Amino acid sequence: MATVRLQQLTRKFPDGSVALAGLTLDIKHGEFLVLVGPSGCGKTTALRLIAGLDAPTSGRIVVGEEDVTDLPPGSRDVAMVFQNYALYPHFTVAENIAFPLKMRRVPAGEQQRQVREVAETLGIGELLARKPAQLSGGQRQRVALARALVRQPAVFLFDEPLSNLDAQVRASTRAELVRLHRQLGATMIFVTHDQVEAMSMAQRMAVLNKGRLEQCAAPLEVYRTPATRFTAQFVGSPSINTFDGTIEGKGSRQLFVGAVQVPVTAPPGSGTLAVRPEHLHIVPPGDGTFPVRVALVEPLGAECIVHALLGDNTEVRVRVPGLPTVATGDTVHLRIDHEAALVFDAEGRLEGRGRRP
Amino acid sequence: MPARGRRVGGAVAAVAVATVMVVPFLWMVSTALMGEFEVLQYPPPMLPATPRWANFRDALTTLPFARFFANSLIVAAFTVTAQVMAGALGGYALARFRFAGQRAVFALYLGALMIPGVVLLIPRFLIVDALGAVDTMAGLVSAELVSFWGIFMMRQFFVSLPRELEDAARLDGAGEWAVFWRIVLPSAVPGLATFALFAFIDSWKSLLWPLVVTRSMSLRTVEVGIASFHGLYYANWPYQMAAAVTALVPVLVVFLLTQRHFTRGVQLTGLR
Repeated sequence: MATVRLQQLTRKFPDGSVALAGLTLDIKHGEFLVLVGPSGCGKTTALRLIAGLDAPTSGRIVVGEEDVTDLPPGSRDVAMVFQNYALYPHFTVAENIAFPLKMRRVPAGEQQRQVREVAETLGIGELLARKPAQLSGGQRQRVALARALVRQPAVFLFDEPLSNLDAQVRASTRAELVRLHRQLGATMIFVTHDQVEAMSMAQRMAVLNKGRLEQCAAPLEVYRTPATRFTAQFVGSPSINTFDGTIEGKGSRQLFVGAVQVPVTAPPGSGTLAVRPEHLHIVPPGDGTFPVRVALVEPLGAECIVHALLGDNTEVRVRVPGLPTVATGDTVHLRIDHEAALVFDAEGRLEGRGRRP
Repeated sequence: MPARGRRVGGAVAAVAVATVMVVPFLWMVSTALMGEFEVLQYPPPMLPATPRWANFRDALTTLPFARFFANSLIVAAFTVTAQVMAGALGGYALARFRFAGQRAVFALYLGALMIPGVVLLIPRFLIVDALGAVDTMAGLVSAELVSFWGIFMMRQFFVSLPRELEDAARLDGAGEWAVFWRIVLPSAVPGLATFALFAFIDSWKSLLWPLVVTRSMSLRTVEVGIASFHGLYYANWPYQMAAAVTALVPVLVVFLLTQRHFTRGVQLTGLR
């Protein structure tokens, strides 16, 4: 069973800065887990600790039943695909893929057989005699993947492997990785700063910020019920609308009061109301609507994103299906889906939701 | 047109610099083909009246130059091999390993670069003498087996290599020695070749140490041989130049062999 358990993993640098502050995370056997966060959040640090390329300041790493915290990288049953692929430039593709087998003293004939098999699976059988410099980005990426696959490791680690690919190859590789994961049933830990990548690939995604875990849950759960204000803002594009204000009143009269007013269920005090762009609607003026001035319209084909300003110049983003119906300079009225609104407390923790008036 | 003017100006400057570089070289070749007293005329002639190709044969047989060439090659082979090995190992260690006193060691190496070689001549001689190695091949070879400059240069080169290659190799199950030997060293060929070329030229043209540490004719190197045409009261310029032209040939060969890597190596180490 290739579970991966991270227990209070901490990594400090000699200069005192903290890359990872007590990360605890249980990754299930066969799970595709995505570590996501902005740059400097500690996600790559976490991956390098699991790989054994760096040592934690404190905390343990357990793979399966074995504590691997003090094992060298080669003795852990993990393979890694690097952002820049890290192909050995002086080896051919075949030699690159065979290298981990060679280091494990697999007999030469068996090496060849396995290299060919993996290469066929990934459709790079034709490239075996080439040098990495003669390959395209997508091909290099496959070779890097093949070098990881050939070892049949218990755990795969991916460090932003798609970020150097152009958009089309990235989309197809994303789908292919998901398919590969389903086919192998191996545990995969995937690091990315791209929340779209995280949403589309993950079974569970762990959102990291400043070395701490903000939330770990299925992508849609993270999207619908973000545990923190940070997560709410990080996940989703265009990003969620936030309004600062206070929660006033009691019981059925409880109200969020700020740039907008929304009935909520949350403890009183100062807080933040957050509304996804798709939960704002352009409507005729009426009860519970508020006027905004359209500042910019981004037509995307299937939908458009309307950037608009409230009276106090707070910017809101509205997702409108179909073709644009409004233009820059128009004044329109918006309505909020109250039940979809989220309320965060002063520390940024989710403490309640909007409710039907 | 200013753009064109700049291009012409650049070309003129390039030709001027190239001329300054190449004229002494052509003069050397020209002198090598002159008569012994033709050189001394005033004004000095640019070209020999009749080229005397026999100068080469005579110069190289007056003294046992075949022996000298062999000696120079042996010295260069040992020196280059040892310096490249020390440079690769030392440079890699300084570039990648964290160890106590690392900065101090690095500073010490940099400090050692600032000591002029001449200052070390007498201490080295005394040590080699104490070891009974004066006027032996061992004594001749021993002086420059480790180059601080080479270690420094290779360190700069290794620092510029992506660490991910080494990380990938470690994950692939390679031990530290395999990482170095199978992954790092082959990736460092441009840097190693560049340094090897410099080391070869340095060794080939060294005069002072071979002159001091050897007495017998059979241990002299090419440079010492060339210098011996130039006595206190007498100099045979054509012979000396003919020997010098011949001595250039191995350097050219080594340069051509390493040229492919050399330009890349110079770029990568920021030596420009």
